[in-house]
Amino acid sequence: MKEAMSAILAVTEQRDGSLRKVSLEIVTAARALADAMGGTVDALVLSDGPVAGVEALARLGADQVLTATHAQFRLYHPDGYAATIAALTGSHAVVLLSATATGRDLAPRVAAKAGVGCATDVTAMGWESGKLVVTRPVYAGKALQKVRLDATPAIVSLRPNTIQPTEKPKSGSAASVTVPSFETRVTVKAIKAPAQAALDVTEAPIVVSGGRGLKDPSNFQLLEGLAAAFGNAAVGASRAVVDAGWRDHGAQVGQTGKTVSPGLYIAVGISGAIQHLAGMRTAKVIVAINKDKDAPIFKVADYGIVGDLFEVVPVLTEQIRKLRSEG
Amino acid sequence: MKLAVCLKRVPDTTTKIVIAADGKSIDESGVKFVPNPYDEFALEEALKLKEAAGAGETVVYSVGSDAAQETIRTALAMGIDRGVLLQSPGSPDGLETAKALAAELKAGGFDLILFGKMAVDDYQHQVGVMTAELLGLPCITSVAHLTVAGGRVEAEREIEGGVEVSTCSLPAVITCEKGLNTPRLPSLKGIMAAKKKPLEVKPVTLGGGTLTTLSLELPPERKAGKIVGEGPDAVPELVRLLRTEAKVI
Repeated sequence: MKEAMSAILAVTEQRDGSLRKVSLEIVTAARALADAMGGTVDALVLSDGPVAGVEALARLGADQVLTATHAQFRLYHPDGYAATIAALTGSHAVVLLSATATGRDLAPRVAAKAGVGCATDVTAMGWESGKLVVTRPVYAGKALQKVRLDATPAIVSLRPNTIQPTEKPKSGSAASVTVPSFETRVTVKAIKAPAQAALDVTEAPIVVSGGRGLKDPSNFQLLEGLAAAFGNAAVGASRAVVDAGWRDHGAQVGQTGKTVSPGLYIAVGISGAIQHLAGMRTAKVIVAINKDKDAPIFKVADYGIVGDLFEVVPVLTEQIRKLRSEG
Repeated sequence: MKLAVCLKRVPDTTTKIVIAADGKSIDESGVKFVPNPYDEFALEEALKLKEAAGAGETVVYSVGSDAAQETIRTALAMGIDRGVLLQSPGSPDGLETAKALAAELKAGGFDLILFGKMAVDDYQHQVGVMTAELLGLPCITSVAHLTVAGGRVEAEREIEGGVEVSTCSLPAVITCEKGLNTPRLPSLKGIMAAKKKPLEVKPVTLGGGTLTTLSLELPPERKAGKIVGEGPDAVPELVRLLRTEAKVI
């Protein structure tokens, strides 16, 4: 029993039968927690059939790869996923999910079924006197809250992009778990892809964001071009331009938008209102391009260029494109 | 159509955060409090749905201190029919808040219960879903487009790189995302009318929960960066720094 209760359940995510990158992050996080207390990691895969990329889970440190296969699990199934995980909470000390659209929906369901609280959107975790203690950005990152989870299981969702997947090979022995019977209250019918396949600002390693300094919605082409030159960048936006209808709200970075932690955040024509800074201050490196040398954005930027974005961005795009083509 | 909206009083998003003496909460002196911005989408959607149905009732619920009465009055000024304050200092454990709401909403006979997708103070994204679980109701979260017809809900929620289309039957719980609608501002007439609308105050005792807040701290200050230069001539140096110093590209 003691051995079973030091097991950590890492809930992975798949889309279209392929493992999502956040799954690698969650297994890496679970491995670190398990190693700190001599526990084991069970990676859970929920799907309607084989999932491409699951072999990576053992490399990242899964002792077991549990597959929960059900005909209705091609897409996210809120009730079925929650029932499956709830059936495993009794044998796991910690249940780790990603703070993605799926994980944010799923973690509270599992917690309510288990009758315990859950800590969401966590950016750091560790053990203190045998209890899990997590750090959560609150007030959109304007403050950091340390929370102890007193009950078992400890249910936690980890914010994407806060941990680098790291190889720590374990056996990853395969086992299937029984999907319990469940009542389908919500049916996910389909996923509509956007007109252009684009990276989400919360998951992209590089985010290029624009604000009112772009002057016209059509000028976001400049940022699309810069993002394309990087090849792994998403285009974000300030609240001002989202409220003006220039960009979709899904791209908004800030307290009433998304909180992002990319490796590189480039703020173009964004003055840096407090609610915007709240959404991006955890980026590893921040670059600001703004014509106003007194703009607050320069106070948080690691590197700034004071100048006309319409002159600076095309030159930057060209240089990045050249750099990327040199490989 | 009978609609409930759950509302939270939160600090305005422009608030500069100062940590209180207990080291676990914010110093509220001088802080302007507002309805949680995501809850405003829920309020607006409830008002629209009642208007479209032509009949029904909208009720706003809030768990919080006495000061949340003012927040409820704002909702009433927008047009919500009546309010209920579940008076409590609150809990850091969302499940305890959900239990109080579920106990209150259970016998309400609501067709739809609306929440904001999260509160902009504690960022929990959980009270709405938990309330639905406790009530045994279907729940669709972070909804940016909603259609209610023939006793069914069709909702679109934004996911990474796409939009998930979900359906469920009524009664249901929906949590609202930005983009769902444009919340109306209270009119002067609405503000006057709100003063006379019923606002019931019910003291509740939340359980202790299973989460303990140990501390609240300001994040480490980002060290002041450098201005690389002015205009396009500074770009080569910026690219060099990003490659060799920051090593991010």
